[in-house]
Amino acid sequence: MKTLASFGPANRIARTEETHPLTWRLRSDGQPVWLEEYQQKNGYAAARKALLEMGQADIVSTVKDSGLKGRGGAGFPTGVKWSLMPADESLNIRYLLCNADEMEPNTWKDRMLMEQLPHLLIEGMLISARALKAYRGYIFLRGEYVDAARHLRHAVEEAKAAGLLGKNILGSGFDFELFVHTGAGRYICGEETALINSLEGRRANPRAKPPFPAAVGVWGKPTCVNNVETLCNVPAIVAHGVPWYTGLARPDSGDHGTKLMGFSGKVKNPGIWELPFGITARELFEEYAGGMRDGFTLKCWQPGGAGTGFLLPEHLEAQMYSGGIGKVGTRMGTGLALAVDHTVNMVSLLRNMEEFFARESCGWCTPCRDGLPWSVKTLRALERGQGRPEDLEVLLRLVDFLGPGKTFCAHAPGAVEPLGSAIKYFRDEFEAGISQAAAADRPTAEFVQA
Amino acid sequence: MTTLIKTDRFTLSDAERAAIEQEMHHYEDPRAASIEALKIVQQQRGWVPDGAADAIGEILGIPASDVEGVATFYSQIFRQPVGRHIIRVCDSMTCYIGGHESILDSIQGQLGIGPGQTTADNRFTLLPVCCLGNCDKAPALMIDDDTFGDVSADGVAALLEAYP
Repeated sequence: MKTLASFGPANRIARTEETHPLTWRLRSDGQPVWLEEYQQKNGYAAARKALLEMGQADIVSTVKDSGLKGRGGAGFPTGVKWSLMPADESLNIRYLLCNADEMEPNTWKDRMLMEQLPHLLIEGMLISARALKAYRGYIFLRGEYVDAARHLRHAVEEAKAAGLLGKNILGSGFDFELFVHTGAGRYICGEETALINSLEGRRANPRAKPPFPAAVGVWGKPTCVNNVETLCNVPAIVAHGVPWYTGLARPDSGDHGTKLMGFSGKVKNPGIWELPFGITARELFEEYAGGMRDGFTLKCWQPGGAGTGFLLPEHLEAQMYSGGIGKVGTRMGTGLALAVDHTVNMVSLLRNMEEFFARESCGWCTPCRDGLPWSVKTLRALERGQGRPEDLEVLLRLVDFLGPGKTFCAHAPGAVEPLGSAIKYFRDEFEAGISQAAAADRPTAEFVQA
Repeated sequence: MTTLIKTDRFTLSDAERAAIEQEMHHYEDPRAASIEALKIVQQQRGWVPDGAADAIGEILGIPASDVEGVATFYSQIFRQPVGRHIIRVCDSMTCYIGGHESILDSIQGQLGIGPGQTTADNRFTLLPVCCLGNCDKAPALMIDDDTFGDVSADGVAALLEAYP
């Protein structure tokens, strides 16, 4: 029996419908939950309630009141995003897009949901489409997720045959059709306006905002783009209500609900688990990931993907929610943490990361297109021990020039956040890459003067 | 002495044309099918030959230059011939920590190719790929549509054998 790449620890911890709304239906063998089993496990009950008993505005206000935030990394409140869709009823062609372009390094949560629980995403999209008055939806899935594509397509066919997609769904009078669109590579497609360009069959350059997609999105129509995990939260919020949802997280958490969190790197038990917001990173690291493997010690860690900053072992006391990680100086991101062990040199690790960000820059704006390759050249020189005395200054300037608000989209700021934090905490490793000969030759750094 | 000038006469097969026309119906605008059209062409031929942009542009009613612009933007559309099998090695920082560079060295040693290169017998093309979402099983790689985790430098040879 073929086992899915996403099969792992999330399938093995104890789960209940009340405490693990995203993952309680997972099978212990990692095989996908198809329609019959999904319905036996209360699947599409929330859709029935949303379409037959709730008004469109009620769904929006429920999601708004739940405090659900986007799970793609930015954490924007979902209900607020939904409310940005125009009130004008004459704008009756609207789209719901699911961002399933999961390419953030160290992130594999959406893969698990789509491979094993394709109907949860479809139900989430159906309810969300009703709330947004969208008549058509697209799941924008990265091309390399071939199992997810196969499972989603099969699930869409099952749902169509059962009258859960198509015309007059469940006799509600609501019509919704759903397509699975697969991409052809390029990390930038995950940026929501680049995703819209890509869906339209164009190069995936981000678009200027405003106008925001809610006003002018795909094919010029009002469009809402939500992440897979975000949409998968919607059915349970509708089924069980706001008080239940807000009670899921730890009491002192600023964010509500549960989150797929993980730890990878040289930990004993790498994996993802559905956990309440507000647990400490230490709980995640020690109790779930089992701490470091024998012979390895934790040097630093990243809370949620390549675009988040590095933190030290002492920061493991931070709580896993946006405000908790914010307090120690970076972002929660996708919540899938990475342990960096003592054998890893930070210059080499950052070289690897900036090679990725430089390769995946769409090239649209100059700071990103030219700045990221510059950081790669500088890091490669430092890695070889051939850095120049001014190289640290060059890197810190790039961290500034490519930072938030100075580039066309969030790609470059995401690329320099780990770089800035790595230099902050491990400056000596970068300084060690400066060639002694070069230091003797060129003690000043005139050419980088502004 | 005469020189033979070979022109690239590209014609879509009936099956390709039908598949592209079918895809167009999934979108509000035919242009949206351009990426899928390129994938359809690539599926049978392995790559997107010169001339395909004109043929696709004609069906979709968009300039060939737009199709070419799309073809050259996306990393999984190949505008030059590739091997029968594509090896995609994940180079995320998680796989870096897991030792993916030793996997690349092992492939280089066995096949004599680095990232972006194709073996002389056209059996394999090696490419880097964004995080494959297999981070608990790093390092990871894909061969064609199959994903492998916990790959070791020593284990690569056995994996490759299954792809003649």
